[in-house]
Amino acid sequence: MISERLAGILTDSFWKILLPGLTVTIPLTVISFSLAMVIAVTAALIQFARVRVLRQLCRFYIWVFRGTPLLVQLFVVFYGLPKLGVVIEPFPAAVIVFSLNEGAYCAEIIRAALESVPVGQLEAGYCVGMSYLQIMRRIILPQAMRTAFPSLSNSLIAMVKDTSLAANITVAEMFMAAQKIVARTFEPLALYIEVGLIYLLFSTVLTKLQSMGEKKLNIYGEQVM
Amino acid sequence: MLKIENLRKSFGPLEVLRGVSLNVEQGDVVAILGPSGSGKTTLLRCINFLETAGGGTMTFDGESFQLDHMSKKDIARLRKKTAFVFQDYNLFRNKTALQNVTEGLTVARKMPKDQAAAIAKKALQKVGMADREDHYPHQLSGGQQQRTAIARAIAAEPEIIFFDEPTSALDPELTGEVLSVMRQLADEGMTMLVVTHEMGFARTVSNKVIFMEDGVVVEAGPSRDFFQNPREERSKAFLQTIRAAEMADKPIQNV
Repeated sequence: MISERLAGILTDSFWKILLPGLTVTIPLTVISFSLAMVIAVTAALIQFARVRVLRQLCRFYIWVFRGTPLLVQLFVVFYGLPKLGVVIEPFPAAVIVFSLNEGAYCAEIIRAALESVPVGQLEAGYCVGMSYLQIMRRIILPQAMRTAFPSLSNSLIAMVKDTSLAANITVAEMFMAAQKIVARTFEPLALYIEVGLIYLLFSTVLTKLQSMGEKKLNIYGEQVM
Repeated sequence: MLKIENLRKSFGPLEVLRGVSLNVEQGDVVAILGPSGSGKTTLLRCINFLETAGGGTMTFDGESFQLDHMSKKDIARLRKKTAFVFQDYNLFRNKTALQNVTEGLTVARKMPKDQAAAIAKKALQKVGMADREDHYPHQLSGGQQQRTAIARAIAAEPEIIFFDEPTSALDPELTGEVLSVMRQLADEGMTMLVVTHEMGFARTVSNKVIFMEDGVVVEAGPSRDFFQNPREERSKAFLQTIRAAEMADKPIQNV
């Protein structure tokens, strides 16, 4: 059914798509998500502790980055900022936008998880003589991160796929590689399905990792809500 | 050792404590009794600063404090001399039984790990939890969790332990094991301030009773006097209600 020519194109292109997947898509995801976690935990803790001014700043940041399209954010940073003399290379521009965007979503996930930890955990910490920061770091945050883990994994999987948008700001990731081959071979159906399957492969690996992680975290058991 | 004078607390327009005074001497086991909503728990929470009192003074070990103007430093210092046992245990859910006991020692008191572990093991042994030290709270029954919480309380060698209805969240068949641990502590001379509904415990273990209603102390004194010759009409009425309930509920009240 598949002609010899098409089969040749597909095998040939598989590596040409997978390679930027391994060298661009995955690093872009890993770096952006790590930065996003730092931003998210910080923003969540600031809001949870009700730090004045900073808290308003966090609300504003989350409002903007959750309320505007990711694609628009990419365009503003990559095509817009040069107008102000700020020229950023495609890959770092993508990292900045993805980490800020993901950070805004994950901050809300972590804040909700922090608030789901019963206040008795904080009180018990105070009563054994611990300080607020000690209790946050050793008792509340670990419990919240465990609660947040499935939602955060979900965000990570969504992000892997969203990195395809970086093609629009000339980042040579997987989707752009596929587009280039389509332009040369005129086989959009086969090639877009192929690149889709490679994204599916990445997501499947992450899903597997997620369930392994959940099993490991389950060591201290069901949370009593 | 601990003296509270004229403690006041309001939640919005609702006055929960309307000038409560009490006095605890070293070695005392004081039971705070009273109907639901009388302010017993709030009183205990104000004394350990989990709620900020609206007014009143505290004298602890000869040092006096204004309860509505406490500095964070004083609160932290005083909390290291006291311990608190909660109605719903509040064990750290991400820590094992042993870690629940060592946490305060190593983190708040900067004790070396092995020394803290040795103290914690001894405390767990005392409450009969030595064989469960590696269990997480969700793997323990309510009674076991509360006994672990008591181990956590005694490990820091506090001068006084506050108990906030320590058996109220437990199934009747589990209250006995917690009460017997508390009885043992009392026998060893631990100073305890206990909010409780367990009349058997108040009658046989505590040496003083504070009876509260509507945010005021109605009657305070030696527990034998309170149970045998209550002075106040409201105390008599309360005891009568309790006795009637005990009659109807005989098998459970044999502690």
